[in-house]
Amino acid sequence: MSDHSQITRRGLLKSAGGIALLSGISAPAILRAQTAEVIKIGHLTPRTGFLGPLGEYAVMAVDLAVEEINASGGMMGRKVEVLKEDSVNPQTASTKAERMIERDKVACIIGEISSASCLTIAQVAQRNKVLYINTGGNSDALRGSDCKRYMFHVESQNSMYVKTVGRSFLRDGLVKGKKWYSLTADYAFGHDLLKVSKRFMEANGGNFAGDDLVPTDATDFSAYLLKIREAKPDLVVINLAGNQITNFLKQYAEFGLTFPVGGFGFDTALAWAAGKGNFVGTWPVVWHHLVDTPGTKAFVGSFSKKYSKPPENQAWGDYISTKIVAQAVNELKSTDSTKIIEHFEKGAKFDLLKTRPGYFRASDHQLMHEMYAVTALPADKIKNQWDIFASSPAVPGPNEDLEVIAATKEENTCTFPT
Amino acid sequence: MSAMLLAQQILNGLLDGVYYLLIALGLSLIFSLGGIVNLAHGAFYAIGAYLTLVISPYLGFAGAFVAAPVAVALLGMLIELTLFRRFYRSDPILSLLMTFGLAMVAEQALRMIFGAPPLSYSIPTWLRGQVAIGSFIYSFYRVVLLAIAATCIAGLWLLLQRTSFGRVVRAGVQNPDMVGALGISLQPYMSAVAALGIGLAGLAGVLLAPIYSIHPAMGQEIITPAFVVVVIGGLGSFWGVVAAALLVGLVKGVMVGIGYSAASTAAIYLLMLLVLLFRPRGLFGERILRFE
Repeated sequence: MSDHSQITRRGLLKSAGGIALLSGISAPAILRAQTAEVIKIGHLTPRTGFLGPLGEYAVMAVDLAVEEINASGGMMGRKVEVLKEDSVNPQTASTKAERMIERDKVACIIGEISSASCLTIAQVAQRNKVLYINTGGNSDALRGSDCKRYMFHVESQNSMYVKTVGRSFLRDGLVKGKKWYSLTADYAFGHDLLKVSKRFMEANGGNFAGDDLVPTDATDFSAYLLKIREAKPDLVVINLAGNQITNFLKQYAEFGLTFPVGGFGFDTALAWAAGKGNFVGTWPVVWHHLVDTPGTKAFVGSFSKKYSKPPENQAWGDYISTKIVAQAVNELKSTDSTKIIEHFEKGAKFDLLKTRPGYFRASDHQLMHEMYAVTALPADKIKNQWDIFASSPAVPGPNEDLEVIAATKEENTCTFPT
Repeated sequence: MSAMLLAQQILNGLLDGVYYLLIALGLSLIFSLGGIVNLAHGAFYAIGAYLTLVISPYLGFAGAFVAAPVAVALLGMLIELTLFRRFYRSDPILSLLMTFGLAMVAEQALRMIFGAPPLSYSIPTWLRGQVAIGSFIYSFYRVVLLAIAATCIAGLWLLLQRTSFGRVVRAGVQNPDMVGALGISLQPYMSAVAALGIGLAGLAGVLLAPIYSIHPAMGQEIITPAFVVVVIGGLGSFWGVVAAALLVGLVKGVMVGIGYSAASTAAIYLLMLLVLLFRPRGLFGERILRFE
């Protein structure tokens, strides 16, 4: 064992720094041979990190959508090809969007979950005049102060989430004169959601008891749970994201806390991961696999057949966005982003697998559509690992305007930069 | 905030630190003896958690508690025999890159086998509930977890201090050439240490599976704080690593407790910076000639 390793303490620390840099790099996508006939679509979404589990559903869904589009004649009779990349973080997302547009000449970019990355992709799209459809970034700011003419939002804005589930909280008497305590994901999405939550709760007479910002990589919530127990709130509001929600739910059950829980942001996969008995409370979703319409049944059927599990709401976002683009291109007989944008702004209607079709609101490019509030079922009423909640009817109801849950012009102002 | 809540946060922070300890002790041991910075250590923790999911339906949580760490330890021994062994004499940056690659392969393999979405697993019924320690009400599962972790740590210390095996390992850390000159081959000890350290990571995976989200990248979440603990504690120091783990848990918990939760992660890096500035060998780091 002579001349054992030559490592030094300083060398070790330097190497550790190198690793931090290395971990930002992800594998490049394998590009297929280019042909002039193929129409390319760029897809960017986080596939690693705390949002990675949701990104995987997005990828499965966009693959399914493209498969179906190609099987029914493609776009303008041309085959569609999707280039998929892990967006990793806002900086990498921007670089990859740039490369997709300049080198691969994609017709549009679809995807994303992180609000912070949505913004950097939108900046690239705007500069290059290429359509970008946001499928998972919730921040109101993306539809307000940061809005862009070339960015459209299939994902609902935070205001829509808050007003949808807010109706359930009001109905259950959890707002007026009641004390609420929140945990908020410490990045763009969480900060924006906390602002919107406060506006809603204050307007309806709730008493704010406190908030803790939670780092996105936090796994242990025991310190927060002790604070919540001490504060004795009437409602615990969860403004967390990704794995944070699963970790919170598992540990909330572990600590035996019973204050009513509700979230203003949510993804079904996180409830499935928390599992029966741990998943509690009432939460808003853009869509879920139990929506009772023929469109949803067909989508859930083909998705389950291909992947042996039902789709969750992020899958709906990327699936429906790809279908919207295909429909618009086929109707317009053009892949020109400027023409597609005009078409969207004129109020073109799209089937969203729900009870009524939706459209993009011209003033901020937000998709106007129905949402749902889901409530965890008690453990003894759960039959399988997927159907663990009961859903409210569609919000807004059949006799209401779709815009009633969206942010008003006063709440969130968008002036498209020219 | 009341003094009572502060006391609870301090106690909870210390307990939180114990989870890092199971990972950090193995990391420190493998590095001290073989000079390998095992960045794949977190991946073994993830494998431990996934094995719990696989084994539980057949043997229950108690069965998984025994079988999963043993399986992970055997895997660790295999990795030592086939991979680590080739890097003891080479530039440490090579072993660093190798274990970094290994971590990525392991994570991707978990993703291919189990899928990217997180999987559900709950605390078994017989370990649920709350216990009251004075007026401090705490999760029963975490008290059990603490007892198991403390037993492992005490057992490891006794093994290193009171057995002939431990004496050879400690001598190997200080001066491998002298151990060789005395006619003792360190190779089997290296395999045993790798199995032990990696098995502990697997055990941490079993113990945390019921309360943390189980997903392929879960190893990444734990490796960085564990690494920070090793650096703060000081290389080659058993109690240094123990003290550092408790300190890291304490700092995180108290930051949340006093309302600066947003800075709770940053605080542990700041702590590491301060320790490195004033005590470059870590809190109780020994002077090991070949690492200077």
